[in-house]
Amino acid sequence: MTARGTDPGSPSPLSLSRGEGARGGLTSGGLGLLLVAATLLLLALGTAVGSLGWEPLWSQAEAASTIVWDIRLPRSLGAWLAGALLGLAGAVAQGLFRNPLADPYLMGSATGAAFGVAVLLVAMGASPGAASGWAAQFGLAGAGFAGAVLAVLVTLGLARGVQHTLRLLLAGVIVGVVFGALAALVMFWAPEVMRAMQAFLLGTTAFLGWDGTGLLALVLALVLPLVVAWSPALDALALGEATALSLGIPLRSVRVLLVAGIALATGAAVAQVGLIAFVGLVAPHLVRAAVRPTHRGLLPLAALSGGLLLLAADVLSRWLLAPRELPVGVLTALLGGAYLLWLMHRRPP
Amino acid sequence: MRPPAIGLAHRTGGWCVGRPAARWTAWLLLVLAAGAQALPVTDDRGVTVDLREAPRRIVTLLPSLTETVCALGACERLVGVDDWSNWPEPVRTLPHVGGLDDAQVERLVALRPDVVLVGATARAAARLERLGIPVVGLDIKTLADARRVFDTVGRLLQVPGAEKAWQLVEAGVEAAVRSVPAAARGTSVYFEVSAGPYAASESSHIGELLTRLGATNVVPARLGSVPKLNPEFVVRADPQLILIADRDAPSLATRPGWSRIRALRDGRVCALSAAQGDVVVRPGPRLAEAAQVLADCLAGRLKGPR
Repeated sequence: MTARGTDPGSPSPLSLSRGEGARGGLTSGGLGLLLVAATLLLLALGTAVGSLGWEPLWSQAEAASTIVWDIRLPRSLGAWLAGALLGLAGAVAQGLFRNPLADPYLMGSATGAAFGVAVLLVAMGASPGAASGWAAQFGLAGAGFAGAVLAVLVTLGLARGVQHTLRLLLAGVIVGVVFGALAALVMFWAPEVMRAMQAFLLGTTAFLGWDGTGLLALVLALVLPLVVAWSPALDALALGEATALSLGIPLRSVRVLLVAGIALATGAAVAQVGLIAFVGLVAPHLVRAAVRPTHRGLLPLAALSGGLLLLAADVLSRWLLAPRELPVGVLTALLGGAYLLWLMHRRPP
Repeated sequence: MRPPAIGLAHRTGGWCVGRPAARWTAWLLLVLAAGAQALPVTDDRGVTVDLREAPRRIVTLLPSLTETVCALGACERLVGVDDWSNWPEPVRTLPHVGGLDDAQVERLVALRPDVVLVGATARAAARLERLGIPVVGLDIKTLADARRVFDTVGRLLQVPGAEKAWQLVEAGVEAAVRSVPAAARGTSVYFEVSAGPYAASESSHIGELLTRLGATNVVPARLGSVPKLNPEFVVRADPQLILIADRDAPSLATRPGWSRIRALRDGRVCALSAAQGDVVVRPGPRLAEAAQVLADCLAGRLKGPR
């Protein structure tokens, strides 16, 4: 991914290029405005693209407004929010682990969520009568969130806290694999949940409503100020742990807070839209490829670009083969990956 | 242990037999089985399978094929089935050797089958053929496919009556069609196969049955047989009746915008039990039963949770 190594202690800028400061006249603020404008444009597009493809509904008919307000708008907003949470969590993870390949699923939260959902699906299948509509809906998201948090807690336990970054990384990978295996085992014992699980594993924005979108907005409003407030610690960490300590950064508490932020953001996003790959990994890189901000700028910009990426993928997934839908995770990988490859190709190392 | 006596001729031609001994045995059996006719059968992958005699040990890797073999009166020749096969009753006690993509090849080979019947896309097919076991791959998506498979399996097993068995199915479907009250004809329906939402379109066998029952499917054939839809499409189509597995039924009302669909407002949601779901989604000898389940839904004789 990068031309530089990621050995601890080297002031790794975690970037695809070696330029400093603004590039091509683009400042962080400019990029932010650009991303916001593109987001608003895509939101408008998202309310105009439906099951018949391009089809704006400006009529005042009750049915039309229902479709825009109850289906398209929450879905578009929810996709953007989930993408923003993943992009934000990815940027925090890459800064915290000082590793450009870190992504928000690193601490096992993704497969933990999958395991939670699989268990709940089996439980619901055992007593379909018990699963009333509201409980079913809340239950799936709730179970996903609980599973994600559980996996992160297990990771922290294995790593004996957050002090040792490499240990945390390794524990996270192991926990991710183990929970993935457990989820697969549940599916093996109860194959009837396979179909429902598949939608979750591929990631889907199809069923986002106002309640899910509201939850995502709440989590973003909670996590974003928290991690931005502690972003100077991430800048200091980039210079190595010893340097960060000598600068008077309370590393221990900062790490706890940031890990909690990653877990909360990722858990909420995964619970609502399933395992959408690649957004969290690629969003921070998209920002760094354009500008070189400190973490105070990088975190909100990564959220903006993650949101934009998933929103674009959501709109395209509805549009390309309407009324059929493409899996949204496929499109995030194609969009983000293609753009990143083009950037890498454009800039010789 | 009786070595399998087979000849597999692919489109590329040529005879391939597991071991030289088998070739001898084949020749010997050919001489001994006075008058036994070789009946080459071409499957849906274009592979021609030529069994020297009627197969006595059969493994099926698809529930609809299991049911077809049994419907043709050859149930006792089954020595193994896939994990999902659960009808008729006797097959429950047979060895279950995996599913479409995870067939347990070793167990399967140990059952010494004369032939294995699989879905046309089964991953195990190539592996089994390399091991010298004849494989017949069958692709069943429509009612016409189901009929053709009756005929193919009948010829392969060398049992008579495939045509008659199919006529029974047809008669059952006709009876189901007659049981739909005139008022229920023209009902617009949406059949959800699984939450994606994946729907059964007009071109799937479920869609074909619904069409014959006089229902109007809101998912047109041009979208493919089981398309993944934008949920908004269903809200726009506003079906009068929704058919869905009972485990997914409770979540319908919580989907954004779905509460205003006619079917939900009028409480016309037909929640199929697991057993009913099996009957409906398997294009095999129980198609008449499937048609009856669908007809009962249309006529309002089968009610889901309100």
